Amino acid sequence: MPKQSSQKADYLSVPALLARNVREFGARPAYREKEFGIWQCWTWAETAEEVRALALGLLALGVEKGDHVAVIGRNRPALYWSMVAAQMCGAIPVPLYQDAVAEEMAYVLEHCGARFAVCGDQEQVDKVIEVQERVSAIEHILYLDPRGMRKYDHARLHAMSDVSAEGRAAHERFEKELDARIAAIGYDDTCVMLYTSGTTGRPKGVVLSNRNIIESSKASSAFDHLRSSDEVLAYLPMAWVGDFIFSIGQAYWNGFCVNCPESPATMYENLHEIAPTYFFAPPRYFEERLTLLMIRMEDASRFKHWLFHKCLNFAKRVGPDLLDGKPVGTWDRLRYKLAEVLIIGPLRSRAGMSRVRVGYTAGEAIGPEIFEFYRSLGINLKQLYGQTEASVFITQQPDNEVRADTVGVPSPGVEIRIGDSGEVYYRSPGTFVEYYKNPDSTASTKDAEGWVATGDAGFIEEGTGHLRIIDRAKDVGKMADGRLFAPKYVENKLKFYPNILEAVVFGAGRDRCCAFINIDLSAVGSWAERNNIAYASYQELAQHPKVYEMVQEHVEEVNRSVAEDEMLSGCQVHRFLILHKELDADDGEMTRTRKVRRAVIAEKFADLVTALYDGSDEIYTETEVTYEDGRKGSIKATLQIRDVAVVGGEEPKMAAE
Amino acid sequence: MKDTVESYTTPDGRTIGGVLMEMKNITLRFGGVVAIKDISFDIREGEIRAIIGPNGAGKSSMLNVISGFYKPQEGEVWFRGERRGPVKPYQVAREGIARTFQNIALFEGMTVLDNVMTGRITHMKAGLPAQALWWGKAQNEEVANRAHVERVIDFLEIQAIRKTPVGRLPYGLKKRVELARALAAEPKLLLLDEPMAGMNVEEKEDMSRFILDVNDEFGTTIALIEHDMGVVMDLSDRVVVMDYGKKIGDGTPDEVRGNQDVIDAYLGVAHD
Repeated sequence: MPKQSSQKADYLSVPALLARNVREFGARPAYREKEFGIWQCWTWAETAEEVRALALGLLALGVEKGDHVAVIGRNRPALYWSMVAAQMCGAIPVPLYQDAVAEEMAYVLEHCGARFAVCGDQEQVDKVIEVQERVSAIEHILYLDPRGMRKYDHARLHAMSDVSAEGRAAHERFEKELDARIAAIGYDDTCVMLYTSGTTGRPKGVVLSNRNIIESSKASSAFDHLRSSDEVLAYLPMAWVGDFIFSIGQAYWNGFCVNCPESPATMYENLHEIAPTYFFAPPRYFEERLTLLMIRMEDASRFKHWLFHKCLNFAKRVGPDLLDGKPVGTWDRLRYKLAEVLIIGPLRSRAGMSRVRVGYTAGEAIGPEIFEFYRSLGINLKQLYGQTEASVFITQQPDNEVRADTVGVPSPGVEIRIGDSGEVYYRSPGTFVEYYKNPDSTASTKDAEGWVATGDAGFIEEGTGHLRIIDRAKDVGKMADGRLFAPKYVENKLKFYPNILEAVVFGAGRDRCCAFINIDLSAVGSWAERNNIAYASYQELAQHPKVYEMVQEHVEEVNRSVAEDEMLSGCQVHRFLILHKELDADDGEMTRTRKVRRAVIAEKFADLVTALYDGSDEIYTETEVTYEDGRKGSIKATLQIRDVAVVGGEEPKMAAE
Repeated sequence: MKDTVESYTTPDGRTIGGVLMEMKNITLRFGGVVAIKDISFDIREGEIRAIIGPNGAGKSSMLNVISGFYKPQEGEVWFRGERRGPVKPYQVAREGIARTFQNIALFEGMTVLDNVMTGRITHMKAGLPAQALWWGKAQNEEVANRAHVERVIDFLEIQAIRKTPVGRLPYGLKKRVELARALAAEPKLLLLDEPMAGMNVEEKEDMSRFILDVNDEFGTTIALIEHDMGVVMDLSDRVVVMDYGKKIGDGTPDEVRGNQDVIDAYLGVAHD
């Protein structure tokens, strides 16, 4: 890595890193995107030319220093370029969640006062135009995909290709200005502003400086030995800090290639084609893939079924040890090799993980069985713990020290402290500058010495120094009789079952725990098909008595497992119901990163919670739902409630049937 | 060509040109059954023209007359300023008319890509030897055709099922693949036979958007038959209404909606 003072300017900003990459890896691929069925490639030199043309075009449109440029769309090279181009102009890119409805977008656009919005396609342009009536600051809208845009009034609407062309044409007029602006970018200037989805309240704009992003990228790259030959697939929302760090921070620092899928629907296939060496996915992704795999295996012939399970059981025993470099006997090594040829290798390849050197999961706890499954396939899947406010990295698991129940040791340069209440605090070079236009929140989150409260309760394990997270600090509570209540702990156990997509456990301040369950349509649907159970809708399937029976078995198993932990045995689920709709971010029940919003759910489904505790067998309810286009509707349903056997404590009541 | 009217621009900014196809006094009989009785109407370049009517009104027969599959006993069909003589359907396809079917007619065992590629057949000129050896002209042609097909696939957002056999697809997607195949032929006139039949609301909305986008992006003239009145009224520029083989209305959706004959025959009695 460049360290001398003569090269110091190389790493003070993302545009400076781009210039360095052109010098060092000019002819190597920087971006790929599959379009029209073929992977199109741009080298670092070509990327720099594109970014520069766009930056010149933005100058021609009048982008000022310090402006906010909103970027909304799915992962596409041109949108990443627009972020770097904005930085070149001294402006601040603000990527937004593309699936946000106009209402949510309005708040963020208003709050950051963006004058420019770069949109991926017509859908996003429509939302911005809708919002524009209220948010007066937006002056120009740029769009990438021209489809369907011809009829629009183009007074303040520009195709990105036109803006670049304008930049190329006008380069003499703006070249000097652009170079001056690039040179003026300081290490402590804002690199990007990202809005946290927030499980409570309004989203907050997290201001991250060049120092935050580059120091974080540098340290984490060294930690995992990332290099310019690595490949990543950019498929997670651009508005999420992780994508910014992986696809911009670390990509520009190391000079590796960012691959963009053809469309969201082709992600699995594209992953298989690219076979990235560095991969990140939320636990949910790994759960989904595993569920899908298991469903498919159910349809396989008996011999294949037998071989599959034989190999997997063997891999479960030997795989993780092999991965961690622990001693494994020669006979087992040979057998693993055979299993690899027959089952494991093809599985890994199909999952697009045949080349993964470093794989991460974070954001939520991952079921230990799921985690072990991927490790046993020889995939170096690790956990990290991070936050937008920390430029992602707080703790990471080093190679060979990977466990399902910890989130690793502090990342290089990060200090960790556990508060009196058990809350985890950290301080690092990646620690955010401030919440934009929100000094109160900044002050309550980050103290004068730079310690930031994570909002999570956890402890550092003696001996290993690994951090263990128990739950959200504010979610960990007490039950009426003073026993510890950690809902996430139980929910994660429930969610491990492929049939259960989401679970919400209630019990704080009450005498016992009850739960809402969301079934996984693909898993339960496939099960229904195999068992000749007819259903017309999600709602009907969810309320099927056989489905209830199956879920009840799962809940009882979880209760047995929870009961083993003396501290948490009070968290056993006494009663549950299966929700008639999937919890959805559009309805505000989850965050855009798919974390359940407990308070919102408890309030919205207050009638159901009451029914869980008042002993009724079923409850009629009406729920408002929001469709993808923002319209509202309502669904009505009568939900059954079941009692579940618990271990220890009082006898359960008769099952309600 | 007579009756050529000046082109005009619709309120939403599309240009509607002169007459592309004209049906003059068409009568079609099957033995003693009169399917179409003395119907005349025209289709103008760039417009979306709907043909509606109750079951058995003769809509599909009309579409089959346009596509050259049925030969009307009386009347004339004019396409691009020329009177059409007796033609085979493949000749009609070469003239630039493509269609989709009410009951999907795809090759179930073939992939989506191969199905859509068949839409390019009229654009393949290489001889049998070159095709068989996949050499020279045949190879270049296939590359060009594939490039075009990929644009259609991208346009209709079916990238994810490119290599999936059609038989494995759900109904709504099959309909979209059929549209893709028709589009691959780069038609001047696209005939859609009940494009939304059997679809749910979301699929209908998607399909409506694709129809509008096709018309807008490629300037393709579209003639469609549809049962869903909401869809017809939203999509089309002009509507022909048929009942028992006769034309009972012709005009903009608003005009048709206000036509008493149409209300009585098809929309039911209006509630005031």
